[in-house]
Amino acid sequence: MTNSLFQPWLVPALPLAGMAINGLFGKRFSEKLVAAIALIATGCSFLVACLQALLLVNSGSPMLEQHYGTWIQAGKFTVDFGIYLDHLSLIMMLVVTGVGFLIHIYAAAYMHHEGGYYRFFSYLNLFMFFMLVLVLANNYLLMFVGWEGVGLASYLLIGFYFLKDSAANAGKKAFITNRVGDFGFLIALFMMIQTFGSVHYGSLYFNPGLVNALPLEHSTGILTMIGLLMLVGACGKSAQIPLFVWLPDAMEGPTPVSALIHAATMVTAGVYMVARSNPIFSRAPIALLAVAVIGTLTSFFAATIGMTQMDIKRVLAYSTVSQLGYMFMAAGVAAYSAGVFHLMTHAFFKALLFLAAGSVIHGIGGEQDMRKMGGLRKYMPWTFYTMATATVAIAGIPPLAGFWSKDEILWQAWSSPYGSKIFWAVGVITAFMTSFYMFRLLFMTFFGEYRGEAAVAHAGHDAHGGHGHTPHESPWMMLGPLVVLAALSIFGGFVGAGHRFEHFLDPVIQKVEAHRSALEVEAAAAPMTEEPAAEKSTELALMATSVIVALAGLGLAWFLYIKRPELPARIAAALGGLYTLVYNKYWIDELYKAVLISPLLWISTHVLWQSVDQKIIDGSVNDLAVTARDVSGVVRQQQSGLIRSYAGWIAAGAALVVAYMVWMGTR
Amino acid sequence: MYNHILSIILFTPLVGAFVLLCIPGSNKTAIRWTANFFGFLGFAVSLPLVSWFWAVKSLPGFKFMEGAPNSWIPTIGAGYYLGIDGISFLLIMLTTFLGAISILSSWSAIDNRVKEYYAWFLVLQTGMLGVFMSLDFFLFFVFWEAMLVPMYLLIGIWGGPRRVYASIKFFLYTLFGSVFMLLAIIFLYFFHHAQTGVFTFSILELYKTAPLLPAVYGPTAAVLLFLAFFVGFAIKVPMFPFHTWLPDAHVEAPTAGSVILAGVLLKMGTYGLIRFSLPLFPAVVHYPRLRLAMVTLSIIGILYGALVSLVQKDMKKLVAYSSVSHLGFCTLGIFTLNTLGLQGSVLQQINHGISTGALFLIVGILYERRHTREIAEYGGIGTVMPVYATIALIMFLSSMGLPLLNGFVGEFAILQATFLARPVWAAWAVPGVILAAAYLLWLYQRVFFGKVENPKNAALPDLTPRELATLLPLVALAFWIGLYPRPFFAILDQPSKEIVEMVEHPKTYNAAQPLKAAQVAQSAVESTPEAVR
Repeated sequence: MTNSLFQPWLVPALPLAGMAINGLFGKRFSEKLVAAIALIATGCSFLVACLQALLLVNSGSPMLEQHYGTWIQAGKFTVDFGIYLDHLSLIMMLVVTGVGFLIHIYAAAYMHHEGGYYRFFSYLNLFMFFMLVLVLANNYLLMFVGWEGVGLASYLLIGFYFLKDSAANAGKKAFITNRVGDFGFLIALFMMIQTFGSVHYGSLYFNPGLVNALPLEHSTGILTMIGLLMLVGACGKSAQIPLFVWLPDAMEGPTPVSALIHAATMVTAGVYMVARSNPIFSRAPIALLAVAVIGTLTSFFAATIGMTQMDIKRVLAYSTVSQLGYMFMAAGVAAYSAGVFHLMTHAFFKALLFLAAGSVIHGIGGEQDMRKMGGLRKYMPWTFYTMATATVAIAGIPPLAGFWSKDEILWQAWSSPYGSKIFWAVGVITAFMTSFYMFRLLFMTFFGEYRGEAAVAHAGHDAHGGHGHTPHESPWMMLGPLVVLAALSIFGGFVGAGHRFEHFLDPVIQKVEAHRSALEVEAAAAPMTEEPAAEKSTELALMATSVIVALAGLGLAWFLYIKRPELPARIAAALGGLYTLVYNKYWIDELYKAVLISPLLWISTHVLWQSVDQKIIDGSVNDLAVTARDVSGVVRQQQSGLIRSYAGWIAAGAALVVAYMVWMGTR
Repeated sequence: MYNHILSIILFTPLVGAFVLLCIPGSNKTAIRWTANFFGFLGFAVSLPLVSWFWAVKSLPGFKFMEGAPNSWIPTIGAGYYLGIDGISFLLIMLTTFLGAISILSSWSAIDNRVKEYYAWFLVLQTGMLGVFMSLDFFLFFVFWEAMLVPMYLLIGIWGGPRRVYASIKFFLYTLFGSVFMLLAIIFLYFFHHAQTGVFTFSILELYKTAPLLPAVYGPTAAVLLFLAFFVGFAIKVPMFPFHTWLPDAHVEAPTAGSVILAGVLLKMGTYGLIRFSLPLFPAVVHYPRLRLAMVTLSIIGILYGALVSLVQKDMKKLVAYSSVSHLGFCTLGIFTLNTLGLQGSVLQQINHGISTGALFLIVGILYERRHTREIAEYGGIGTVMPVYATIALIMFLSSMGLPLLNGFVGEFAILQATFLARPVWAAWAVPGVILAAAYLLWLYQRVFFGKVENPKNAALPDLTPRELATLLPLVALAFWIGLYPRPFFAILDQPSKEIVEMVEHPKTYNAAQPLKAAQVAQSAVESTPEAVR
């Protein structure tokens, strides 16, 4: 084997090549060839990623950094093109390429006979490229390249059905909301460059005298500012309060896109960023608290909305927002590895949920409204079993993947020095709601009687027309990825048992306590060693609690949607305004429109453009011109061309001169 | 050739204009070929300069100097005196490059009075090149004014329905500015004589006496002189609130006129600020109030231009207002008064030439097919003209500053430099980046996405090879600067440092009149009354 196979740059480069080939020539290729190119590109990328991972883990070194030349050099400030591979980026890389590859396979079948097949796959490969740049970059500016790039790919893919206005609008909204977040990211970058003169992880975090040299900031300092600004960026990308509004709309895109970008990978970039910047956040407790609070609030509010939605993809979208909130909560209590662990398991089961939902939508002719589903279990058993697996996993029922990671988060929220019982309590309530709305989705979709119009052709809600017959199971090319993801959702959590996952990330997560004085560390460590037994029992009790609430959610969903299916409507009616409020997503979109967007457009049109520009500036200039014309009009009268008039003026002038001289002479 | 390269570049287009005059006006094909030949030749003769300049880029001072001070009209001290540094070098390359592309883009758009059109266009090229090369104020002013006339005619004869209004507005605005500038130049000329006993318009000489102004005549006079220059340049840039001629001029100008207007002409304002306002008035630009005013106008320009762009209904007007926003970044970079800011500013001027030039070509291509620029008339163009839509997307992204494309590098450098100067300024300017995404993506969506609802759009032909040839070089440049901006920063390194040095520590005369010059030692800032500081 040649050495070049081990080059980490191949991981992002292969999808880029796939994008270029399909983008430039794909129009002339058959669908099979287009799919083959895209699949080979991502598949090989995944293989190289696996090789890289093996090499790094076996080498025993904490990280590998590769430079491929300088990108920007202005004065002393330089930015490299480079790859930074440590245990954190390794996990991200494997998740992105692995899940990405599975979703590519699925999409090859799902997008069959859609217009613009080659366009779709070149965008999808473009996304893979930018996402891998984001996670593999060795500095923040290059991360920002990936950061903006995934936003672009997401814009293009959401707007893939660009004939639909709603899709084009959703794509634009996603991009612009993300740009609002980028405001924070950019200023954080400026601040970083000004303070440390570098944006490279290696020098920022491992050079003594930069971030390492700074003490824990108990009040706002430079690190707190950087952390808070980064959080603004992270909120944009990871759809946290107050910038979450774009994600539910992004579901206008094709379902594989929702699975890949808006569930498994891109939206987790914010969590990755916080984890990557842990040396900064761990020194800035205020920023950390902000992360935890935003995460906790988001997870709670999104879950309440998720309980009321009727569109299968919207339920999953709010569920994603809510689960991302969990990851933020974990990062916010300085349990970064728990956040990344949940990021990974979530990538498995949420990708699976979306793909299974896509299979459902595909199987019943493009319908997304759960009220028109039901009883699909017998029509599409594979879809049902895999989706049920994912539902159990996300609900946090042991021993599936979601249980391990969610339990880890809740435990950390309780026990971490940055944690709080409040975070834990809200987390547990959210866990209950999660379990409830997920089983609600499962029961409404697969149980009971089929409520759709079986024989009527649908005019494709997901632009998926032409499947107007009785519900049918999807082809194997779609089911294969579902089965693999189901297996991952079952077994993927075991890597985290006994804090193994946490220890895997140890080289990445800096222990900031080490910077306190030695005495303090001893004092902090002492009680810990004294009561491991008590701690163990607390951990078990908390674990039991989270299992119980998950089962309670399942039970309630079963009672409301299987046992007494007429009840939900009555409850909704009884709740009245509250239900309407939640169902309409707290009218946040409408609020933003009324408070921000409409006034901005109105002011731009009526004040800035039509008043300031056209009336005030142009008006005064034009007035000046008119005045000049009028004045010259008066003066022009002198030049009448009449000899007598000129003679008169000469006489008057002469008289004036004579009078003046006489007056001068008499003085 | 090496020693006269600047003259060759400068006069090639003018020679072309004369050659065109010798061709009978009825033979349009011959005229078009000849004009394109000279357009391309103008670019080709500037290419050797690239490698030659690269070799000497780090040498101090101006390079490739030609002629001498006072060599042209010795009695008044005017000279044919040329020379360039990295800043003028890049702007010259941009001019010859965009000139060739604009001439190529006019092939089918211009059909009446073809000969005059191309002749004036080539004259315009010489005028603009002269501005970037002159090291003599008299010569500079001649070129500065000379290029007004062809532009006026290009808009006034080959423009849209309101071309007369637009061209006169353009002419009067710029003339208004230049009058003040002329007065200030003459003042500096006499001031130089008073200090040294020599009459000269040589810019290099005036650099040495002008900084003495505040010490001799007091800060108020210096500020007034600065403002006299500033008005001339600010109108050209255009900075808020002097910008209202721009949308009218752009909307009425023919496509190639807009490309050159946005791509090169506006840069003469920013070039003037860098080349003259900073080194001639080093003390004045440091006055906190004045500097704050400049920065504030820049930031207003950024946000104002972007917000007004957002609500335009005419594509060309939208791009025109976006220029106000983009040029705001350029002037902001200048008034950071640090090296990075200047480098970013010049790079962003080049970027704006590439991106906005391309956007005007893109609008023009659609206009030639449909003869309307109303955004509402379009929709669904992406399905009808896929190649066009793809290139348009790339240039839209470049204009909104997406990383790996050119706009990002310039904007980032400027904003970083602004942050170094004063973090709050950067915080005010960054929303311009958000708004850029908003107005450009919204425009893109309305024109390219959706179904084709207007039957007139149903059968529009995609790009012709000639149109592709005008756009692809711009796309390539956008990627080049985005991926590998190092050569550009390297070229701009020396001149930016030198200008910052001139602003921080002006080197003035003290030979001729040591008494007066000695006052410089107590630099202007100290003698500034509180009111101005």
